[in-house]
Amino acid sequence: MTAPDAARPARRFRTPPAATAILFAAIVGGVLVVASGANPLDAYYQILAGSLSLGALPDTLNWATPLVGMAVAAAIPLRGGMINLGGDGQMAIGGLVAAIVALCLPAPGPLAAIAALLAAALAAGLYAALAAWGETRHGIPMLVSSLLLSYPAIGFCSYIVRFPLRDTATGLPQTQMIPESARLLTIAGPLNVGMLIIVAIAVAAIFLDRRAIVGYELRLRGLNKRFAGYGGVDLEKQAMLAMFSSGAIAGAVGAIIVLGSDFRFIDGALLIPSYTWSGLMAALLANGEPVGTVVAGLFFAALQTGGFAMQRETTIPRVLTLVLQAIVILFLAVRHGLGRRGA
Amino acid sequence: MSDWITPFLIQSAVQAITPILLAALAGSLCQRVGVFNVALEGKILIGAFAAVVASSYMQSATGGVAAAIVAAMIFSLILAYGATIFRGDHVVICIGMNLLASGLTAYLLRVLFGVSGVFSDPAIVSLGKIRIPAIRDIPIIGWGFFSQTVVTWLAWALVVLISLILFRTPVGLRLRGVGEQPDAAETLGVNVAGYRIATVIAAGALCGLAGAQLSLGAVSVFAEDMSAGRGWIAVVAVMLGRANPIYSAGACALFGLADALSIRLQGEGLPNQLTDISPYVVTLAALVISHRKRLRAALPSAEIDAASPGGVAEPQPDTR
Repeated sequence: MTAPDAARPARRFRTPPAATAILFAAIVGGVLVVASGANPLDAYYQILAGSLSLGALPDTLNWATPLVGMAVAAAIPLRGGMINLGGDGQMAIGGLVAAIVALCLPAPGPLAAIAALLAAALAAGLYAALAAWGETRHGIPMLVSSLLLSYPAIGFCSYIVRFPLRDTATGLPQTQMIPESARLLTIAGPLNVGMLIIVAIAVAAIFLDRRAIVGYELRLRGLNKRFAGYGGVDLEKQAMLAMFSSGAIAGAVGAIIVLGSDFRFIDGALLIPSYTWSGLMAALLANGEPVGTVVAGLFFAALQTGGFAMQRETTIPRVLTLVLQAIVILFLAVRHGLGRRGA
Repeated sequence: MSDWITPFLIQSAVQAITPILLAALAGSLCQRVGVFNVALEGKILIGAFAAVVASSYMQSATGGVAAAIVAAMIFSLILAYGATIFRGDHVVICIGMNLLASGLTAYLLRVLFGVSGVFSDPAIVSLGKIRIPAIRDIPIIGWGFFSQTVVTWLAWALVVLISLILFRTPVGLRLRGVGEQPDAAETLGVNVAGYRIATVIAAGALCGLAGAQLSLGAVSVFAEDMSAGRGWIAVVAVMLGRANPIYSAGACALFGLADALSIRLQGEGLPNQLTDISPYVVTLAALVISHRKRLRAALPSAEIDAASPGGVAEPQPDTR
């Protein structure tokens, strides 16, 4: 929604919709905070201080790494008018495959990490493409199938890590620690090479969207699917490719968390922070436009990192930040026709 | 194989069907008036939460059910007005609503009760069961219904009632007209937006009931995201049933049976991580099979079927 708005000559001063939406969410969230007996100004100050102060910035970036990754993963199908709701399952598959490869592959350190990352992306990408295949060949709407496929994937990963691959030393539902050599290199503090990988993925997505034929064709599909088909775009192949890329990025995010911060696949650990849903909301906020998606992802990451500080300093639970995100999306969808597809 | 179909299995299947069935009825109604409602999941969750809160404060299951209905109806206003008066995108609004429901219930759970994850309290009064000993020994039907909540009975009664309203009354005719030919309906003096708003709010009430059954029916707890995809399975049931309440009920029965079987398989010693996935796998399989059948039955129209899931034309944003 940013692109057409910017292109249209301004008749009069208009407040940017995103800013209005954030203000609206802040007010509704404030009412919610007041109703639960706390001071909203204090809450918002804690969110700001806890995310953007110099000391907190590395934590924000660390949180932003998977979130922006999942945002880009959601943005790619969205750009073509498709929605991938199965990010959770794809991320779990990526994480598990990365852990298995890093544990079992007898390769020297960095090679094992790279192989684990690629295998994770491939496995998760193929699983996501299954949803696209279901739509083109079996008439199952992707919106539904991508989500429904997510539950078996999560259940299966959970089973694998609870029974065949359980770490017998700790007895917890997690795999063994992956060897130190196969982990992602640390840059500073909590940050590791994973952040650079996500930056590279985001840059590639932006480039492909703006400069490459595939990006142009995908945008065309998003604006008018029938016209894209009429113009010679192979719609089935395109859907598979978009979903594969989306799933592959989601899988890479799972692998980055496993190889970079957790060092093992822990049952449920990838899904609890709900990167998938925050990422999807960031992508929706920008209507799938990659630069806007990255900015929105960074914004949501700051919001959530600040949420931890808020929870620490006040009595307000940090899940409030998820409520704020949902209100922003709803406000834009209702008031400014976010996501309304060209007929 | 015969010892697999036990009275207990059928009873738990009927229990598992209720929330999905109610949500599928809600989805069918919305589909009929041309609103693609995938916010069923969020509405169930809001209903389940409101039911537990009211039940524990008021010490009354009836109060819980009433609160669930009211809360889900209020929550539905977002879609009711957002999709009609404001002409927002149905799918994006619904995704936003699902996430809002998930966040809001988790937030209120912490603020009101100071717990996260699962909330159970002896103060929560669960729904009473209507026991009919007379039908206890009738195979299948009797096994299923001899001891169920009033919500379950209501759900099956509503299947009949809503079918009658949709296909046998003038109101139902107008409802279907609003979905199939909004312009024609408008010309005949039917208030299209009004019908859509009223239907979405009524669907909210049905989802509220579904939520109440979920949190006060078999158990009396609220767990975060306890709807666990049931709203989405209901969406699939609507598609399989082509927005016909009776056919959708059939699809729901299939999923309920799969759910109950998964509990049974757990009893056989299979890990629950594997058995829990069976309803989703059955759902996906049913979608594939139904599409195959449809292909064989009507080859020329296959293209249209693929374009409009559920057989009802996907709602287009009014551009009048």
